[in-house]
Amino acid sequence: MVKFDQWEGFEGRLWQEEVNVRDFIQKNYTPYDGDQSFLAGPTEATDKLWGELQKLQKEERAKGGILDMDTDIVSTLTSHKPGYINEEMKDLEQIVGLQTDKPLKRAFMPFGGIRMAEQACTTNGYTPSPELHKIFTEYSRTHSDAVFSAYTPEMKKCRHAHIVTGLPDTYGRGRIVGDYRRVALYGIDFLITQKQKDFANCGDGTMVDDVIRQREEIAMQIAALKGMKAMAASYGYDISQPAKTAKEAVQWLYFGYLAAIKTQNGAAMSVGRVSTFLDIYIQRDIDNGVLTEEQAQELIDHLVMKFRMVKFARIPSYNQLFSGDPVWATLEVAGIGMDGRSMVTKNDFRFLHTLENMGPSPEPNLTVLYSAKLPETFKKYAAYISIKTSSIQYENDDVMKPVWGDDYSICCCVSATQTGKEIQFFGARANLAKCLLYAINGGVDEKLLEQVGPKYAPITSEYLDYDEVIEKYLDMMDWLADVYVNVLNLIHFMHDKYYYEAAEMALIDTDVRRTFATGIAGFSHVIDSLSAIKYAKVKTVRNEDGIVTDYEIEGDFPRYGNDDDRADEIAVWLLRTFIDKVKTHHTYRNSEPSTSILTITSNVVYGEATGSTPDGRKAGAPFAPGANPSYGAEKSGLLASLNSVAKLPYTWALDGISNTQTISPDALGHEEGERIDNLVQVMDGYFDQGAHHLNVNVFGTEKLIDCMEHPEKEEYANFTIRVSGYAVKFINLTRKQQEDVIARTCHKYR
Amino acid sequence: MAYNYNQNEIKGNVHSLESFGLVDGPGVRYVVFLQGCALRCKYCHNPETWAGGGSQWTASQLFDKVYRYKQYWKENGGITVSGGEPLLQMDFVTEFFKIAKTKKVNTAIDTAGQPFRSDGEWIAKFEELMKYTDLVILDLKEWTSEKHIELTGKGNDNIKEMARWLSDHGKDMWIRHVLVPDLTDDENDLKAMSEFIASLKTVKKVEILPYHALGVPKWEKIGIDYQLKDAVAPTREQIEKAEQILNVKAYHD
Repeated sequence: MVKFDQWEGFEGRLWQEEVNVRDFIQKNYTPYDGDQSFLAGPTEATDKLWGELQKLQKEERAKGGILDMDTDIVSTLTSHKPGYINEEMKDLEQIVGLQTDKPLKRAFMPFGGIRMAEQACTTNGYTPSPELHKIFTEYSRTHSDAVFSAYTPEMKKCRHAHIVTGLPDTYGRGRIVGDYRRVALYGIDFLITQKQKDFANCGDGTMVDDVIRQREEIAMQIAALKGMKAMAASYGYDISQPAKTAKEAVQWLYFGYLAAIKTQNGAAMSVGRVSTFLDIYIQRDIDNGVLTEEQAQELIDHLVMKFRMVKFARIPSYNQLFSGDPVWATLEVAGIGMDGRSMVTKNDFRFLHTLENMGPSPEPNLTVLYSAKLPETFKKYAAYISIKTSSIQYENDDVMKPVWGDDYSICCCVSATQTGKEIQFFGARANLAKCLLYAINGGVDEKLLEQVGPKYAPITSEYLDYDEVIEKYLDMMDWLADVYVNVLNLIHFMHDKYYYEAAEMALIDTDVRRTFATGIAGFSHVIDSLSAIKYAKVKTVRNEDGIVTDYEIEGDFPRYGNDDDRADEIAVWLLRTFIDKVKTHHTYRNSEPSTSILTITSNVVYGEATGSTPDGRKAGAPFAPGANPSYGAEKSGLLASLNSVAKLPYTWALDGISNTQTISPDALGHEEGERIDNLVQVMDGYFDQGAHHLNVNVFGTEKLIDCMEHPEKEEYANFTIRVSGYAVKFINLTRKQQEDVIARTCHKYR
Repeated sequence: MAYNYNQNEIKGNVHSLESFGLVDGPGVRYVVFLQGCALRCKYCHNPETWAGGGSQWTASQLFDKVYRYKQYWKENGGITVSGGEPLLQMDFVTEFFKIAKTKKVNTAIDTAGQPFRSDGEWIAKFEELMKYTDLVILDLKEWTSEKHIELTGKGNDNIKEMARWLSDHGKDMWIRHVLVPDLTDDENDLKAMSEFIASLKTVKKVEILPYHALGVPKWEKIGIDYQLKDAVAPTREQIEKAEQILNVKAYHD
């Protein structure tokens, strides 16, 4: 057992024997069931810095979305000299550290793919260094190039036709959350010692692939830990030892995160479950009389300000998929411990309070781990913040805790992983709506009019027969699951090889559990299509070559989103069928397969690439996002829609079932207190049924339309909305996506 | 399914279902909109419910559907039957509420009171319905009968009578008034209405519903002329003034 002076006043033993942050939290945190009246407003320093940052954000928007970019420095832990929000105000920054030497300046990150890094520069008017081009094409390889060199012709075809889509082959896979708390609790030197022990214990001397790879990975992790120390030293901090104050704990933790975002530009770069942990340090300092509530809030405000500044250089096709410049700096609050105690601390209030002190913001992606058993005071405060800012999402702790324990983090938009013990191989989506069309057309793509899938017998009848369609759909889904899983196997092999996440993995157990996250796109459209075929009559409309390009529906049919079992049972069947097919395949590094029903904003792009579907959706029209019912399908209001989604068993889609709902304020009640109570009641009722996720937006469609037409209005500069799995500033969406959001159901008073 | 449906069971004509009603009664409510109404209010925002028709449900079928939402209701939420005019289908609503009360579900009707008759078979049926009704949300659309006829096509003496009956029989009420500037905001009328409300013993809440034009497209859709084309929503000040006259703060639910 080791002992550090910095641990003075902390209880417990196990976490001192081994790296075990969960045990530390459980032994030391102070649950809080009071209300928000203790909270402090922004300090003068916070106001000044946030003012500066808003100026920079405005400038960034005026310049078309990019303030500044690196073109000739490859981003590493120590590639840049220290940077500050404003050089002259740097003493005001309680928490320091930027990705580059200047605020909002985007780093050059070629390891994921040199061509993408260059394209990100050129499409924004910057010229990347020719020397770096030479290095990363002639002397070295990058992830994306390696993936494409190994793809089979079939894989390339599927990718081109968008039946597998959004693959992390032209961007970093992300979704690996380092346990950044470890830096604060243990200090870097202790963590290096632990990794050195693991290195010594790796294998029995027989050099098989797995052992060799692991030895190399641990060596890279140890190098990354040393790099973190050097990075922190450049800001004047020695993080070799544990943090001794709240301020140090926040700073140390942030350095851990900064190491990740300096070296990886993954699609999701989550912060993790840090709130309860940090409260322990804050509470200790407050109890010792060395920290006030104002100072505590300032630390959290300044930390959150940093999360609001995370930027990556992206390519246009990425921005189309994931609009609005998101980074998924996802950060969790609340939850219930395994022992039944609420994990809500004062700090969970402080994190939500940042949305009041500095206004609404899409990042960090604030996530409430919800349970009806959370303290009423906290539930009400969260509902109040939702109504005010539409900036937070809710995930059901009651369904996640039995699977992931009480120390999981959300690694992207909605997916859980055990913090520091587990990583996820992210896998984008299989387009199950297109797969249905392939089943009908015998593998011919309805947009490209080429054979993409296997040449199975197409359906030749004028009217679709349910049993025949299902039989063919199952065959086609077999093929799709196979090619999809294998594309992912290939991608993740290459990512490990060429773009290994050494800094994040250094803060995760060496003996790591891996999950393999597949996903579904077009969910609601498949359900409604099958329901239409079953309960109404669907006539095929063919082109001159006999390919079905459109459908005509005669009669009415039940739709997903109305709490109607006839449609909802198809939904449950579809999910089960797909995940079962995925599970029959070998997955890379013995990872455990799972699936998700979430599409982020990519529902627009996926819909564009997909022909008309038998539910009446026209070719090119957006898909409904995530597990949402299709637009216009919901006829019985919000709760009926929620009940439909709640029927999907979370354990079959452990990677997440995303649901985004917009409620007009008038529909929620006449006055604020009523609205808060009602929103809490809705969430209790929804999550008590075992539903997984809910994005809550509270505004009317009129506001969206006005914002689309008048983005220059000051009030809209930070107007934030929740989309599938993240939040975004509405003005940062493309026009098409804005129109898509406006077209979605807004639950109104009638 | 919990019930064996009886083919002879009375059926209700339902216009639509709203699982998420938060303003038609206390808490979170499942709102059943029935088809059919005898009033022709110029500002009606559900004119498509005037005629008969709609989908047919037995009381037990409907209750099965509605009861799935019990987890959202907690202590104060429940079911509201609105319309159309629910009192035109009293037998059905009574059956429906009877089942609801066996499960201790809170019940409310949202009515304009137009069908009310204080005698004969009608009042007997109404009394039976009231046994299973926790709250009556009653619209007072105008004060004088002349103006009520002008606005809705029917007089309101029986509606006032109904309010009195509810008060005498100890039935909780919410009173609502739709405020249309220059139409239903006459100060003297509001004062008289206010006095009347004050004389009722069981009023738990008084609400001003600001006029809105969101229902106008529905009129166009069913092809009837909308007469209040020039009407605008009341301002904050106008609403507050009406609230003051009706003394809404004096009533707490």
